[in-house]
Amino acid sequence: MSLSSLATAAPPVPTVPTAARGYWLGVARRTLRDPVTMTCLIILALITLAAILAPWVVPADPYKTSMIRRLAAVGTAGYPLGTDELGRDMIARLIYGGRLSLQLGILPVVFALVIGGSLGLLAGFVGGKTNTIIMRTLDVFYAFPSVLLAVAISGALGSGMGNSIIALTVVFVPQITRVAESVTTQVRKLDYVEAARMSGASAVTIIRVHVLSNVMGPIFVYATGLVSVSLILGSGLSFLGLGVKPPEPEWGLMLNTLRSAIYINPLVAALPGVMIFVTSMCFNLMADGIRSAMDVKG
Amino acid sequence: MSPLVSIRDLTVRFAGAKTVNAVNGVSLDIAPGEVLGLLGESGSGKSVTLRALMRLHPEKRTTYGGSMMVDGQDVLGLSGPALEAYRGKTCGMIFQDPILAFDPVYSLGRQISEAIRRHEAVDEATAKARAIQLLERVQVPSARRRYDAYPHEVSGGMRQRAMIALALACKPKLLLADEPTTALDATVQIQVLLLLRELQQELGMSVIFVTHDIGVAAEISDRIAVMYGGRIVEQGPLADIMTDPRHPYTRGLMASTVRPGMRGQRLEAIPGMPPDLTAMPPGCAFAPRCAQANAACMVAPPPLVSQGNRQNACIHAEEPCVAA
Amino acid sequence: MHTDIALPENVDRGGPAQPLLLVEGLRKHFPIAKGLFGRGGGAVHAVDGVSFRVEKHEILGVVGESGCGKSTTARLLSHLIDPDDGQIIFDGEGVGDPDGITVRELRRNLQMVFQDSFASLNPRMTIEDSVAFGLKVQGVSEAKALAAARDMLDKVGLEHGRFGGRYPHEVSGGQRQRVNIARALAVNPRLVILDEAVSALDKSVQAQVLNLLLDLKAEFDLTYMFISHDLNVVQYISDRVMVMYLGQVVEIGPVDSLYGNARHPYTRALLSAVPSLEPGVRTAASPLVGDPPNPVNPPPGCRFRERCPHAEAVCAAAMPELAAVGDGHFAACHMADPSSGHSAAAPEMPS
Repeated sequence: MSLSSLATAAPPVPTVPTAARGYWLGVARRTLRDPVTMTCLIILALITLAAILAPWVVPADPYKTSMIRRLAAVGTAGYPLGTDELGRDMIARLIYGGRLSLQLGILPVVFALVIGGSLGLLAGFVGGKTNTIIMRTLDVFYAFPSVLLAVAISGALGSGMGNSIIALTVVFVPQITRVAESVTTQVRKLDYVEAARMSGASAVTIIRVHVLSNVMGPIFVYATGLVSVSLILGSGLSFLGLGVKPPEPEWGLMLNTLRSAIYINPLVAALPGVMIFVTSMCFNLMADGIRSAMDVKG
Repeated sequence: MSPLVSIRDLTVRFAGAKTVNAVNGVSLDIAPGEVLGLLGESGSGKSVTLRALMRLHPEKRTTYGGSMMVDGQDVLGLSGPALEAYRGKTCGMIFQDPILAFDPVYSLGRQISEAIRRHEAVDEATAKARAIQLLERVQVPSARRRYDAYPHEVSGGMRQRAMIALALACKPKLLLADEPTTALDATVQIQVLLLLRELQQELGMSVIFVTHDIGVAAEISDRIAVMYGGRIVEQGPLADIMTDPRHPYTRGLMASTVRPGMRGQRLEAIPGMPPDLTAMPPGCAFAPRCAQANAACMVAPPPLVSQGNRQNACIHAEEPCVAA
Repeated sequence: MHTDIALPENVDRGGPAQPLLLVEGLRKHFPIAKGLFGRGGGAVHAVDGVSFRVEKHEILGVVGESGCGKSTTARLLSHLIDPDDGQIIFDGEGVGDPDGITVRELRRNLQMVFQDSFASLNPRMTIEDSVAFGLKVQGVSEAKALAAARDMLDKVGLEHGRFGGRYPHEVSGGQRQRVNIARALAVNPRLVILDEAVSALDKSVQAQVLNLLLDLKAEFDLTYMFISHDLNVVQYISDRVMVMYLGQVVEIGPVDSLYGNARHPYTRALLSAVPSLEPGVRTAASPLVGDPPNPVNPPPGCRFRERCPHAEAVCAAAMPELAAVGDGHFAACHMADPSSGHSAAAPEMPS
């Protein structure tokens, strides 16, 4: 109960302060100090940058085949990570592949965050019948195992990146809605929301000013953890032939096509899997790190 | 008669971003069968002292100093099976919120039997019979039926009584009570206090009763020790402390407690706030808020000085009270 | 008074004789969901026919134990939940009536301070923003609202320069409660409901906050409804006291009359359950046995009869009404009503 000697003093010139500024600064500071989270952040940043700047990073052409150079081992002159079953340079394939894989990982989560977050906020804040309708409808989707649901929707819509992204979004919306609804319901019961109602604020104002900033945190962390799942599911869809079509490089697809090469050149065949693994792990660990940064008060 | 509990210069520090000096040199003696009321506000160190007696603090983060002897055993030296035998058999504890002390997936009676069987070699039937007897003793109606009840199924007062039964299951010599009645309604609180008094007299236990409520302390204690800033600032028989408090903090506490007859008068509040336990001042912890403080008070913490069967830690205690 | 604020001054529309708050027959039952479609489980009779008045410029203390309905009553009065039945009349005008005042206007006049000082403040908003929020909602400009908030923080003893930009976790419990008080008073209300507002504070801090509340009442001409379970504090601060039990008012009257001459057995039991602060005086026996009962599906007749040492047949047959036992002092007990037929009831005075 004692006065904390924290450095956050009032600004010398009375400006109009924005809500929630100091808390997020604290979160950022703690995140920067956590070595595991920072390492993951750097790795992910490198992978993303490499994917975006692929044409400048990679000199080789990911589509150029060469039947003589098929399945060259790692460390072959001119092909540092070897070549795939059609003789294409692995580094180029992996880095260009990152573009599609990362999209498959991030985009569905972003869309699901917007849709699911709104639905969850609505259900949590309004409660009653609205809540029941929304949550029970989503329960129907939630009852299906995510892989099967993704495959079923993808199969129905047809293959291709766009359809995969739609399928994955549908899979994630119920999960994010659940988290959003649960957190909103908790926050709604707190005294400061009641106090806000007592001052006569409308529901929209209360959600915007009081609920949103307190609820976004946990939802965001949950969503970050979902990125790795999305990546793996998306790669799985490509593996099954439902997502990206050859000759586009995508890590899951590459795993599929290199399957037969596992006896001949296991190292090269495993490389796309390594990329999926590393990226998912980094997202997961980063999500954990941000969550612990958000838990600490002050 | 030698004291049952003998604490000398106990210090407890918690490691963390900043070291928290929760207890800064506490010395206490408790005779067998005596009830000591440990009075203090948030941050005074009273709960920390209590939990230290049971070694409940996380071992990695906690550094102890000084010594604690309970029933001839060196508490700080215990470990492993000896420590587990000590907890429950020599020393029992009841907490403020009973819902936290009970495992929600086991029935109340089962948890009491489990405690009995942990410390004594009896079979299940005997343990169950004893548990039901205990529940009856703590005035739980329909004890046989309540044996199978789960913690969430009974009322707060009932849970608190079940917790008392649990703590007394193995007839400990020392009972530690950490604000057990703070969360209870007034009419239930007085029932629990009377029950504790009865049981204490019947079993001849020593009790350390931590509270922030002077009225509650007055109902149950033989002696009172007042804590502030991790130190004992005054100690003595109940009547003496309440009618003639000598330490400025104790005086301030008595004066600011609302009692009948104060209506219409302004309350004498102690100005300022409790000290920051991560940055303790070098001198007396209460000096920044004390009207009588002078330069000598800021230099070093005042020693606990005995005056008859009382003690207090204020260099001004001998002088007549200066009007604040 | 805040003279530089954009909000209009409070107008005493009803006049000095009109009670500030008049509550009649307030009722709120929470149905218990049972069965497939959530029906037939009975109801929690949280508030069951509560009527009372709060006079202008007085402090009405409300005491009772868990399940008595005092917090639900507070929430009904502030329209945080809707009553099932009953009327709330603020300064002569019905709330929600077509010719009365709207809920929005009520919100300007009636504010509440909650028990949990930490949960009452948005952890992501600075203290001055929290205090200014109510004003902004009422339409005051950002700059004026902030200025008023800072002024109010100074008045409650928190210098706005040092504390305004802090977050709730950066200040102590007592200071947070001061912030809650500042927030409630920022919109210049006439009635403030304090729902266990000092219960969670240390005794020395409690004394500071009680002094502050009395100072602010004098400065801003306020009326308080002070809900607490601490009988000593209620006696200290209140002008009149209301005792609630299981959703009903069992006794109400001037503080000295009620504390000195309590006429309802529950009030007497409650008063004797408070530990005395005299070291030589110890409570010998508990005034009541058992725990406060559940407000679910209460039995007919007087709700206290199962724990009352004076219960008789008439107590099970009829619910006692509030009867006058002194000047402005009422108790809902058959013993206080000469016409009830209770053996201990005082006989009717011959006219």
